[in-house]
Amino acid sequence: MMISAIVRTALVSLRRDRGALALSFILPVTFFSIFAVIFGGQRSGMPKISVLVVDEDHSKISERLTEGLKHEGSLVINTRPVPAKGVEQPEYTAATAEAAVKEGKAPVAIVIPHGFGENPISFGPANGDRPTITLLEDSSDMIAPQVVSGLLQKIAMTSMPDVMAEQGSKYFDQFAGGLTREQRDSLNDGIRFLRERHESGADASDSGNGGIVAVTSRAVLGGSKHDMVSFYAAAIGVMFLLFTASGAAGALLDEAESGTLDRVLSSRITMTTLMLGKLVYNAFLAFLQLVVMFLWGWAVFKLDFWSHIPGFVVMGVFTAFAVASFGLLLASICKTRAQLGALSTLVILVMSSIGGSMFPRYFMSETMQKAGLFTINAWAIDGFTKIFWRNEPISHLWPQVAVLTAIGVFLFAIARRVARRWEYA
Amino acid sequence: MLSGAYFIVWCKSTRRDLLSASGAAVQPYPLQIDTLVKRFGQVTAVDGITLELRSGECLGLLGPNGAGKSTLIRSIVGRVIPDAGAISVFGAPADSAAARNVLGWIPQELALYPRLTCYENLYAFGRYHGLGGRALDDEIEWCLRWATLTDRASHLVNTLSGGMKRRLNMAAGLIHHPKLVLMDEPTVGVDPQSRNHIFEMIEKLRGEGMSIIYTTHYMEEAERLCDRVAIVDHGKIIALGTNAELVQNAFGSRSQVLARFAGADNRVTTWVTQHGGQAVDGAAQFTIEHPTEIAGLLEDSAKAGLELLDVSLHKPNLESVFLHLTGRELRD
Repeated sequence: MMISAIVRTALVSLRRDRGALALSFILPVTFFSIFAVIFGGQRSGMPKISVLVVDEDHSKISERLTEGLKHEGSLVINTRPVPAKGVEQPEYTAATAEAAVKEGKAPVAIVIPHGFGENPISFGPANGDRPTITLLEDSSDMIAPQVVSGLLQKIAMTSMPDVMAEQGSKYFDQFAGGLTREQRDSLNDGIRFLRERHESGADASDSGNGGIVAVTSRAVLGGSKHDMVSFYAAAIGVMFLLFTASGAAGALLDEAESGTLDRVLSSRITMTTLMLGKLVYNAFLAFLQLVVMFLWGWAVFKLDFWSHIPGFVVMGVFTAFAVASFGLLLASICKTRAQLGALSTLVILVMSSIGGSMFPRYFMSETMQKAGLFTINAWAIDGFTKIFWRNEPISHLWPQVAVLTAIGVFLFAIARRVARRWEYA
Repeated sequence: MLSGAYFIVWCKSTRRDLLSASGAAVQPYPLQIDTLVKRFGQVTAVDGITLELRSGECLGLLGPNGAGKSTLIRSIVGRVIPDAGAISVFGAPADSAAARNVLGWIPQELALYPRLTCYENLYAFGRYHGLGGRALDDEIEWCLRWATLTDRASHLVNTLSGGMKRRLNMAAGLIHHPKLVLMDEPTVGVDPQSRNHIFEMIEKLRGEGMSIIYTTHYMEEAERLCDRVAIVDHGKIIALGTNAELVQNAFGSRSQVLARFAGADNRVTTWVTQHGGQAVDGAAQFTIEHPTEIAGLLEDSAKAGLELLDVSLHKPNLESVFLHLTGRELRD
């Protein structure tokens, strides 16, 4: 009897606490949906990996390998940059492809070297000068280089089984003491069959032939684990900045409740002045948080902080501005601290999950990646990655700076508008 | 609508200015309210109030909770936009910069920063009013001394006693040394000793010639502190005058008799009503012209079978006036 009274009291309280209700039911359902879309969606449509291919060999074999890569559904192959102002661009070279990977245009580039077609298959006695395919990797993307590396081997097998067989028989002939005329004819028939079968477009992946092209990988940037720290410092940092900013902006609600806001507004301070003051304070707090986080990354995780100060300051200031405006907007929308707590938890966790604070956005489908562009997290993380990972100059930060500024101005304008409810009764 | 009302106030002020120019020493009233109306949905919180505060005067707004006192005060400080009417502070429209400079507001709530010290709070509000440098330091020192908080200057607000917080709350409203102060129930929730302390602070301000509006629902406070009292009920001023004038107007030379009886309230109520009195908290209250009338009332009560516990005769006060005018007690 008494227990039922306790249960009933708690249920009635919960029903009247919209914030708690939202946290109890809406947040889990929202999160479940986001994760289901991100990971469940991969089964039907894994995000395609953009790969740059540099064919230095221009042999029949290298062209077949390139064609094979182009036919791989999970890859988007580019052999030359997108046309600029309608003008066709020259094909990638090893140098331009490496630069493109550094700029983040693709997570991996494949360089097929001169002479590859003459000796494409890696088995047989190593003679030291066998041409080796080079994978130029951006290891900030932990998935793409691995996937491309594996697919390259698969495609080598499926796109040129005859080449593998021919190479194998050549070695066999050379080192096993020679083949009889009958054996050679029979082997040539088999190789001809494989070639015809490939040329007819039939799948040769089940041929059972083994064979691997020689590949070496090279991280063109962000090769060390210390560099990954910068990614996490930005990703986790921005998420907590959002929480801190909304909490700090909640002081407005406390002041409204205590009557302090009324008293302040009865002085010479106007609502706009007050909100600008709060914005500056919240932005300063957010920037300070970023400084502490990156300094900690430097002190404990060997993050290369000091050589990236100018870029850090630029990204830090504009991220802090956007985050502070976001916090003010949430606080001005809510009527109580409890509401603010529930709403900020909901919105920030959703933003952080699709914006790349919880796991990198390249895990996500293209649709989710595009949705992420509506979050502060994505733009901030992209900017910090440009600085700390790609070592890009500050001038390359202009898209992130422009978007974060626009977000900050837009959110602050709405917050100011909503705050009119505090101005007068 | 508002601009029209401001025009009327402006005309009145201008007339006073002209009189002044013609030799009659007339200054704008510290506060002039003209037919003020404020509605919240269906509820009319302020219903056509017209009021003038004289220079150096302490005017009490006496009324029960919900009478419209706080809405009136908030309208004066520009925190509420009236639906009709006009307010001028020393001739300037309320919510104008000129009005804000001479207006001090002590809200009912403890509108302070709890994690700042007394000094830091006063500094912050001083800066908000545009003070700085030596002038601000002097004002802070004066406020701390006035509120007897000098030795608590470096204490955090949330470590102060309730009475100290109230005093600091008042000091924060005076940091810019206003000429007109609005005090909205400044003694809410304080013990009698702290209340006396606050009264002394207010009397000190009065001694300096500050004009004060003081809202309260405590009759004793209005009687002790105020030169004139406006009794407010349902958004209207139902009586305005000095304490003596209000009592005189309501009761003349009559006195009040309060008789308490044992037994059922219903019988007392019926009997009181039949004899032209009022039932107050189960007691019978009568207004009489002469003390000799008491004997007749007691005789009647005995005949009605009521057992008398005690009887008292007293002069009417503001509470009696309010009861007389509204039929309700001040703290209903």
